[in-house]
Amino acid sequence: MTKTILEFEKPLIEIENEIQEMELLNTTGEKDLSSEIEKLRNKSHDMAIKINKKLSRWQRVELARHSDRPHSLDYIERIVTQWNELHGDRYFGDDHAIVAGIGHIGEFKAAIIGQQKGRSTKDNIYRNFGMASPEGFRKALRVMKMAEKFNIPVVSFVDTIGAFPGIEAEERGQAEAIARNLFEMSKLRVPILIIVIGEGASGGALGVGVGDRLLMLENTWFSVISPEGCASILYHDASKKELAAESMKVTALDLLEMGIADRIIEEPLGGAHRNYEKMAHIIKDVIIEELHKLIDKDKETLISERITKLENIGSWG
Amino acid sequence: MAWFTRKSKNIKTSNEDKKEYRDGLWIKCNNCRQILYQAELTRNNHVCYKCNYHFRIPANKYIELLLDKGFKTQFEDITPRDPLKFKAQKKYKDQLEAAQKKTGIKDAIRVATGSINSIPAIVAVMDFSFIGGSMGSVVGEVISRSAEQARQEHRALIIVSASGGARMMEGAYSLMQMAKISAKLGQLSDAKIPFISVMTDPTTGGVTASFAMLGDINIAEPGALIGFAGPRVIKQTIGADLPEGFQRAEFLLEKGFLDLIVPREQMKIKLTELLGVLHGQTTYSA
Ligand SMILES: [Zn+2]
Repeated sequence: MTKTILEFEKPLIEIENEIQEMELLNTTGEKDLSSEIEKLRNKSHDMAIKINKKLSRWQRVELARHSDRPHSLDYIERIVTQWNELHGDRYFGDDHAIVAGIGHIGEFKAAIIGQQKGRSTKDNIYRNFGMASPEGFRKALRVMKMAEKFNIPVVSFVDTIGAFPGIEAEERGQAEAIARNLFEMSKLRVPILIIVIGEGASGGALGVGVGDRLLMLENTWFSVISPEGCASILYHDASKKELAAESMKVTALDLLEMGIADRIIEEPLGGAHRNYEKMAHIIKDVIIEELHKLIDKDKETLISERITKLENIGSWG
Repeated sequence: MAWFTRKSKNIKTSNEDKKEYRDGLWIKCNNCRQILYQAELTRNNHVCYKCNYHFRIPANKYIELLLDKGFKTQFEDITPRDPLKFKAQKKYKDQLEAAQKKTGIKDAIRVATGSINSIPAIVAVMDFSFIGGSMGSVVGEVISRSAEQARQEHRALIIVSASGGARMMEGAYSLMQMAKISAKLGQLSDAKIPFISVMTDPTTGGVTASFAMLGDINIAEPGALIGFAGPRVIKQTIGADLPEGFQRAEFLLEKGFLDLIVPREQMKIKLTELLGVLHGQTTYSA
């Protein structure tokens, strides 16, 4: 499946190619290579673990935006049954950078929001590279308010490098749209699960990112600005993105330590892009498990716990 | 409206409108370039008496402008930290210290409780001269506590914004302050206590995309730059110059995101009128 290979993935891919060749030989050839293959498999497994352990913050960022990484709809397809995407904000238009809809996840009915990136150039233009416009945030809010009305929980997949910085987005109130979502999501009277599946930058991520539980896949990042953005502003040099990622402490583990993320969701060895099915399966199980914890809470408790969690975030003396 | 064209030019060219109000006998107006007598400018609430350009002013001056005599300052003991041990040439800790020395405040905000022409209020004012009025944990905590106090004591909440947005040196902590403050404003709103947002030059980024846009009434000073993305970022993205007056208060009023543009000298009386309806003593009974 992998088309793009990151630098640190190369040794792993080399072994895997070797295994493939041997397997081919094994079926056609006369020599039994099974034990050699088994050895190589173990080697590749150990190597994947070793690579994962040594990943720098920037390398996690690279994985989070890996061009083969599954996006919201890849998960929705695999997790949500009777999925119906719903369109439009009822004011201006339908933003393709955010998808919203309803369906079932396991035994739960759910409203699902997903920030959607493209894969091909054409698809990326259609999705505006996952950068939402005000209509996207307003569509998401409309669907969330409907979820509140019919008492169904909300699951929101975060994956964006930021809200779209363009003239039209400003004209239609990008700031107001994000602000309104923060305000409404903080007191929406149904459970909200936030799952960061790739990148999560700035108000663009937070605009669909306020909820009861913030879950992050292992190789994701979430911060106030992208490492490149931070580097170009603070260091006047966008190429110092690695330093910026280190400085801002952007990874899932960092966010867990900061008390912002509640849980890290483990990815298949080597990253989510190496096994869509397995990743989707893990996410589905986690959603069901987490919803069970939230679904029976009375509304006042749910909201007061949500706000208390936010109140405690920060560092001051 | 001379300031208007002048400031539009500034988007394209220079850092001129970054100049802040400074003490001295004479000062050159950032907009009309005329030489102004400092004392006269001060008497005029730091608004150019030749062209109506609104100079940026320290937070305490805005508090004095809005609240009746006898107000009480709040939350001055809340101090910033360097939770991420942020790596930069100029250490965040040193940057904080320098800003504290320069402004005499602990972080980019001052709060006072008191009254606005006898209407109970709590006023929180951001200070742009403190690291660009950026919002970190302290700004978030102070505004959250202000909203909580407004709710407990039935005081109208006024937030005067002046900010470049969230403070990068606090990473995701600073981002989450947007959600934290918005949540507290939600509680205030449910308690039916009015919140009026006053935007001054500039109000951008995470501040605009959270509390600044959430007022029951949104007000701006004339000519204030207000937006989500900064003009430079947008210019880079689209690769073209921005239209005249883009992201200025007058533009936002036209686009439907502001209720009123109010010159500084009229701010107190306008707030009094508005709060008189939303938070006054007389009640309408059906
Ligand atoms: Zn002037």
